[in-house]
Amino acid sequence: MKRIYVNEKWCLGCHLCEYECAFANSGLTDMVKALKGKAIRPNIRVEDGNGVHFAVNCRHCSDPICVHSCIAGALSAEDGTVKIDGEKCVGCFTCVLVCPYGAILPSADGRIAQKCMLCLNNSCGEPNCVKHCINNAIVYEERG
Amino acid sequence: MEYVIIGNSTAAVAAAEAIRAKDAAGGITMISDEKHHTYGRPLISYYLLGRTDRERMKYRPSDFYAKNGIRTLFGVRAEKIDAADKKVCLSDGRKIAYDKLLVAAGSRPFVPPMEGIESVPCKFNFMTLDDALALEKVLSPEKRVLIVGAGLIGLKCLEGIAGRVKKVFVADMADRILPSILDGYGASLIQKKLERHGAEFFLSDSVQEFDGNTAHLKSGKVLEFDILVIAVGVRANVELVQDAGGKVGRGILTDDRQETSLKDVYAAGDCTESYDITTKTCRILALLPNAQFQGACAGTNMAGGEAHFANAVPMNAIGFFGSHVLTAGSYFGETYEEKKGDTYKKLFYSDNRLNGFILVDIPERAGIYTSLIRNRTPLDEVDFGSLKEEPALMAFSAQYRAEKLAKRV
Ligand SMILES: Cc1cc2nc3c(=O)[nH]c(=O)nc-3n(C[C@H](O)[C@H](O)[C@H](O)COP(=O)(O)OP(=O)(O)OC[C@H]3O[C@@H](n4cnc5c(N)ncnc54)[C@H](O)[C@@H]3O)c2cc1C
Repeated sequence: MKRIYVNEKWCLGCHLCEYECAFANSGLTDMVKALKGKAIRPNIRVEDGNGVHFAVNCRHCSDPICVHSCIAGALSAEDGTVKIDGEKCVGCFTCVLVCPYGAILPSADGRIAQKCMLCLNNSCGEPNCVKHCINNAIVYEERG
Repeated sequence: MEYVIIGNSTAAVAAAEAIRAKDAAGGITMISDEKHHTYGRPLISYYLLGRTDRERMKYRPSDFYAKNGIRTLFGVRAEKIDAADKKVCLSDGRKIAYDKLLVAAGSRPFVPPMEGIESVPCKFNFMTLDDALALEKVLSPEKRVLIVGAGLIGLKCLEGIAGRVKKVFVADMADRILPSILDGYGASLIQKKLERHGAEFFLSDSVQEFDGNTAHLKSGKVLEFDILVIAVGVRANVELVQDAGGKVGRGILTDDRQETSLKDVYAAGDCTESYDITTKTCRILALLPNAQFQGACAGTNMAGGEAHFANAVPMNAIGFFGSHVLTAGSYFGETYEEKKGDTYKKLFYSDNRLNGFILVDIPERAGIYTSLIRNRTPLDEVDFGSLKEEPALMAFSAQYRAEKLAKRV
């Protein structure tokens, strides 16, 4: 199963992945319209500090504690992808409380939770953050 | 192999799924006195609030039972376990034979003796979808509601109905709201929020006597109401196992494989006790994630696998009118506190371990704190100084990050 992996050493901390994520999930085709002047709320977040940079997003865990903990049955794991159904989610944030990576976030309006779905839920079809990472610091591949 | 599950909620569903993952052929029967398709029990308040509906609050898709080959016996009670004969006796007289049995019977409302309660014409509990549907029928903009109990269930009920009635009163013997998860300061923040939505609280107080639609409080105050909701507490449904000779305390006692003292009889969820690794004591953790973990563990073992549930901790996320209270673990040890505007953070730690936390309206990445508690991570292995201020993976070692971010987890 392909998943997103992080090569911490190669991350420049450019935060481009955050913009590409927000763009991919905006539903818009024009990047300027989608992002300019807006507070973005990407599903991938870059942490920076002391010369170290790395991106964090959903690990699509094989034993996903968020799915197990969801009070609404809104999170599910199918074919190795952890998905959230925004229609079913009531925004209790139990998933935010349990994700060990801090990779599930309250949505912009705070009414539901949001997370990475590997761009399978938008028109990109494959992770847009990976596609545009300029230094291969995030990759989408099979690993043990 | 015949698997029988008493219950149709979180623990029961988790067990059925775990059984099916190991055993595609065995028969699974689920018995529940509630007749509905499995639903997220905590969603009953969101239903009244209009944030979900009957269809969306289904805990699993409509084809769940068919897809998993589960026989359902709903609207019928399990009355007795015959552990010698390995049969469950139902209220309609049928006897269901099992090879492996799971008791996932949850809890029921605790209704303390209250003077004059029989004279109250319109009263409810708030535990089931049927409770919510019955309550909904009597809600209207001119009604005044009295909720007895300012715990999680009483206040979620308050959130669900506040916009649909004239007034909600809440009375509780405790000196603050949500005493099981909040300290005084955290409780005061949320209380203010609830008051802004029209709630009126009577704390350190209780109903001395009901007289029809009038409640006389210990403090001498008198409240006129139209609808009474009793949300004082819950009691674990231990009787099935107890009467069959199984060991129980306040909840059903199990080993860490979720098997009771009766052979081939397992138990999971709100009807059981858990070993809380923060306090190192056995207690009831009546929380949905815990029920899921236990149910999944039980199901795996029932189907011949080997699973142990050995890191139970209380953890709760609860929202009120856009505010979010995230809590986990237990509140003892040294503390770190941050109060910024209406947000509040308090961490509790001792002996190089994080024991618990309270987060009011700063939910982001709280799970990083929760994982420190569940894993009993030695705090000298992380940069706890920076973690106190902000939960981030930067505070962990590069090796930890490589394990988690560059490998399959
Ligand atoms: C209003 C409300 C809000 C909540 N909010 C939250 C929340 O935000 N977060 C959280 O973590 N938890 C919350 N909880 C708690 C959560 O719902 C429970 O922890 C969870 O449902 C426990 O699941 P369970 O499978 O153990 O039992 P239950 O959900 O209690 O289900 C047990 C089932 O077994 C049936 N049953 C019992 N005895 C018999 C019998 N003899 N024969 C046949 N059937 C029987 C019962 O009718 C019931 O359907 C809330 C609870 C309520 C009531």
